[in-house]
Amino acid sequence: MSLVERAPRAPHRAGSALRAVARAPGLLLSVVVLVLVAVAALAPSLLTGQDPLTGVPADKLLPPSAEHPFGTDQLGRDLLTRTVHGTGPTLRAALLAVAVGLIPGSLLGLLAGALGGAVDDLLMRFADVLLAIPGLLLSLALITALGFGTTRVAVAVGVVGVAGFARVMRAQVLRVRESAYVEAAHASGTRWSGVLLRHVLPGAWGPVAVFAAVEFGTVVLAISSLSFLGYGATPPQPEWGSLVAGGRDYLATSWWLTTLPGLTIALTVLAANRVARALDHETREAP
Amino acid sequence: MGRYLTRRLLQAVLVLWAAYTVSFAVLYLLPGDAVEIMAAGGGEITEVTDEQLDAVRAEYGLDAPLAEQYLDRLGAALTGDLGTSVQTGERVTALIAEQLPATLRLTASAGALALLLGSAVALAGAHTRRPWLRQTLLSLPALGASAPTFWVGLLLIQLVSFRWGLLPAIGDQGWQSLVLPALTLALPTSAVLAQVFAKSLRDAWEEPYVATALAKGASPARVTFRHAARNASLPALTVFGVLVGNLLAGSVVVETVFSRTGVGRVTATSVTVQDIPVVQGLVVLGAVAFVLANLAVDLVYPFLDPRVTTGGAVAR
Repeated sequence: MSLVERAPRAPHRAGSALRAVARAPGLLLSVVVLVLVAVAALAPSLLTGQDPLTGVPADKLLPPSAEHPFGTDQLGRDLLTRTVHGTGPTLRAALLAVAVGLIPGSLLGLLAGALGGAVDDLLMRFADVLLAIPGLLLSLALITALGFGTTRVAVAVGVVGVAGFARVMRAQVLRVRESAYVEAAHASGTRWSGVLLRHVLPGAWGPVAVFAAVEFGTVVLAISSLSFLGYGATPPQPEWGSLVAGGRDYLATSWWLTTLPGLTIALTVLAANRVARALDHETREAP
Repeated sequence: MGRYLTRRLLQAVLVLWAAYTVSFAVLYLLPGDAVEIMAAGGGEITEVTDEQLDAVRAEYGLDAPLAEQYLDRLGAALTGDLGTSVQTGERVTALIAEQLPATLRLTASAGALALLLGSAVALAGAHTRRPWLRQTLLSLPALGASAPTFWVGLLLIQLVSFRWGLLPAIGDQGWQSLVLPALTLALPTSAVLAQVFAKSLRDAWEEPYVATALAKGASPARVTFRHAARNASLPALTVFGVLVGNLLAGSVVVETVFSRTGVGRVTATSVTVQDIPVVQGLVVLGAVAFVLANLAVDLVYPFLDPRVTTGGAVAR
């Protein structure tokens, strides 16, 4: 993160970010949603005092009420509690997936952009091929090979993002390489690796971070889809996608079992995308 | 035109070969207990002896060096043989051919619906003079892109099938049972299309030819639909070529939600029992869909923008 602070346009960040929030109430709401999600992931007991795994059989399949805002499931477990406790595994998986795409992807992009020539050609052709296989199918192939579980699902989803990160990073490196300050550093005799790390990388970082924010929404959707299909957490551990899957058998009678956990996923992704768009705007407006 | 097509076809073949290689690498190189699962016949994992493991390795050619395995399988794939299912013993190509029509009906309807919905929203958003309507229309795609497919499907089942009793919830009987799955599958694709199309329509309105058309007395509607839409459709078309592969992948979720038969359902079960040859066949099918869709887009392109075949500079 220190790389971001060292970037040339750091000073007015906080001020302009605040002003952007004030101008757009939707953005403010999105930030609130994301903060709630983060709290649910880090300290679920702050939001709910109940146990996610043990239910009260007498209270099974109750519709939403003041006592159970999301209702209860077929075992009498409080659905809000399960959704809150499902946030941690889902969010950790999403962050892992973004990292799995971000780190090798940006390194490959940096390499391709910095070295150019045959290395660049080879790496980018490889990225093209990865983009030709539909993301979900590639994830499913990886899951077939790696096995089931939240972490493996996260890795399988993350690998799909490598090509995207590589492309964005390469484009930025090519752009920054031409800029005056990099040429100046070069001319003043800084070594190539030094120029790359101290000047090219910080300058290229912004759009890559924006892409990571966009990718976050995408991987939350992919991870919950795979969890819905049953490749994620093993029951009774709650996870956003598997919670929705668990409510499928009660579609006709208990709407809340599928609707409310699904709404949580949708709102989170919507909020993440909104924030990503604001970040994109910021990096574009900056000189 | 001839050289343009030859180059595109060569690229397509190259992409398919590479996709096959990537899927081989993922499924056969990664450490996993695939052989044990194969030995158990794709069912529950029981105690498997070393002799049984060796027998399975021999049966599926897994005892040969990897390079040899790869060349053998690639050679077979070139003659249209993608191996046999571990679970059922059926040939993978036969299995896919048998399930493909149902999925093609689903994805084709979803694709058509996505094109229709996406361009309708973008055109209406670009054309309307009422700011609130424009705002609403142009924020729809963001909503559509954020909702999980499986959740949208389940919501539609709850409302349309159970609450209102309008359409069947599950199954594969007649066009009525196709409406909800196609709509569910179309939604994320139409959202992306609408976003891209709306943006390129906005950009097109800045172009000098729009000002010229307006100055010559063309109505805004005529400019939107005849002049701007044609040029703005190029990026949307390119994106659609990429999204077709995602429609096929999305059928995995949609066919599961609506309990339909098809390639997507086969994918879900094959991953569950780790039926490696079938999964590889499906990944290759995904790449085929991507390649064919992009070839189709490449064919349509010259009609919309003649500069493509003459080698003029075109932003793609």
